Amino acid sequence: MAGERALELLIRLSGISAVLFVLAIFFFVFREAAPVLFADELKPLEFLFSSEWYPTSDINVRYGTWALTVGTVGVTALAMLLAVPFGIGAAIYVSEFSAPKSKETLKIVIELLAAIPSVVWGFIGLTVMSRLIVTLTGAPVGVNLLNGGVILALMSVPIIVSIGEDALKAVPDSYREAAIALGATRWQMVYRVLLPAAKNGLLAAVLLGVGRAVGETMAVLMATGHAVQVPRGILDSVRTLTANIAAELGEAPAGSEHYRVLFLTGVLLFCITFAINLAADLVIRGRQRK
Amino acid sequence: MILRRAITLPNPSLASAASASLLILGLLACGGAPDSGQPRAVIQIKGSDTMVNVAQAWAEEYKRAMPSVDVEVSGGGSGVGIAALERGTIDIATASRNMKAQEIEQAKRNTGKEPRELIVGFDALAVYVNGDNPLDEVALGQLAEVFSEGGTVTRWSQLGVTIPGVEDDTIVRVSRQSSSGTYEFFREHVLGKKDFKLGSRDMNGSKEVVELVGTTKVAIGYSGMGYATPAVKMLRVASAPGQPAVAPSVANTIAKTYPLARSLQVYTLGEPSGAVKEFLSWILSPDGQRILQDNGYVPVTASGDPR
Repeated sequence: MAGERALELLIRLSGISAVLFVLAIFFFVFREAAPVLFADELKPLEFLFSSEWYPTSDINVRYGTWALTVGTVGVTALAMLLAVPFGIGAAIYVSEFSAPKSKETLKIVIELLAAIPSVVWGFIGLTVMSRLIVTLTGAPVGVNLLNGGVILALMSVPIIVSIGEDALKAVPDSYREAAIALGATRWQMVYRVLLPAAKNGLLAAVLLGVGRAVGETMAVLMATGHAVQVPRGILDSVRTLTANIAAELGEAPAGSEHYRVLFLTGVLLFCITFAINLAADLVIRGRQRK
Repeated sequence: MILRRAITLPNPSLASAASASLLILGLLACGGAPDSGQPRAVIQIKGSDTMVNVAQAWAEEYKRAMPSVDVEVSGGGSGVGIAALERGTIDIATASRNMKAQEIEQAKRNTGKEPRELIVGFDALAVYVNGDNPLDEVALGQLAEVFSEGGTVTRWSQLGVTIPGVEDDTIVRVSRQSSSGTYEFFREHVLGKKDFKLGSRDMNGSKEVVELVGTTKVAIGYSGMGYATPAVKMLRVASAPGQPAVAPSVANTIAKTYPLARSLQVYTLGEPSGAVKEFLSWILSPDGQRILQDNGYVPVTASGDPR
């Protein structure tokens, strides 16, 4: 009996630990950023909406993250635009249309795709994709928003497929049988019955894909060109918040203003992901209430 | 019961792993001992991307000369190396710029030791354009107009050249990330401490700059002269319009006629001693300086052994 109770406690602890870790990480990041947040030198409006990022300037230090935020949002949006239809489509095919044998092969290959390290994706972006983009579009430089978006899409698709497929599999077979019995074609069954029934799981799949795209660092650092500017098209180079933190945290002396501002950009990143998750949650709930 | 088994299970494998690693350590110690009879020393070097290749070559060659000393090299930029030295986590910081007064203060406050500088070589900071670019020379003032904030030159036509086979001749500026000593040197000596124009492609290494310029017809960038490839061209640089433009070369760096010549240095905390001291004096020996020269840089003295 004592063993069972101990086991139960252990499981409860691991359940709560996720919450504890999130709180601890947020506390740590916020604590490192807090001194500069309440300092006079930092103007919140300039921090959010100025695109002049000069953290190490000799004459006039400016911390404006607008270009970095636009870069992050732009690359992520483009990646999702490419990855969501592709990923959900692949999930539907694997779950509903493919023969059992090819289904197993496909699932294994897709999981392999998810296991490719991000630095390898970055290298593909830097070498293969960038040359491809220059030849196809005539852009002067191949490392840009388009490159980063495509690389991130390729990285998020496996996640969307494998979780989306699980969500579709979780829909009871009786739904499918009922739809077929009513004379629906296979596509009608997928479109009218399965997608509405699995929409929460599919949204979770998309959100995890977005999470991977927003948080990805190494691949975008290599593929986007790392230029601080508000892009005017998808062929412009951009810099993302994550890549900026990765590139600059090593040189910023611990406790300096630059160091604290970098943590503040971490808080900003936190807020962006939180807003996306919250919005998606509200959408789902709003739909359910109808 | 289940719990206890789960906890005790890894122990035998852990124990065997530990004994295996002890065995390996013992073998290593046996292998190392006859060479010197001294304990193994590890020297950690971090910093300049400009110098990372030559530091790596030094480490490899020194391993042959002194098998009892391991030299570990990593890059990241002069700023990264100096920041690590301030925290006291490395033995030697390499830098393609000088340490700033506030960085020296910070190091003294953190570690109680004064950083010591040792110049180990010289480099010409070359300005690179694509091999197809007809431009051959440039003045420092023109570079500042291209690269600095508020600078007015954004098209190649403004510098009087047309790039063959290109419709849009907007200049693509290739720069370095802000932890780079090369970035700071360029800012100080070309831009006159003004800031860079935003929107440049900030590369993470000296080699990446040259690579991107080599694949981009309308690009201009700066990097150490040791990184030149057949796809790029190094411009001759004039200190002012009307002055003679000088090519970045070993001879012009020694003669101090090239305007963007700079020293390459290493920093230690306090007076170097023991293995670090021996390593540094080996760097300045003919062997060490020959390796520096093989990597495309200029030795400290063109006139013999500094020891």
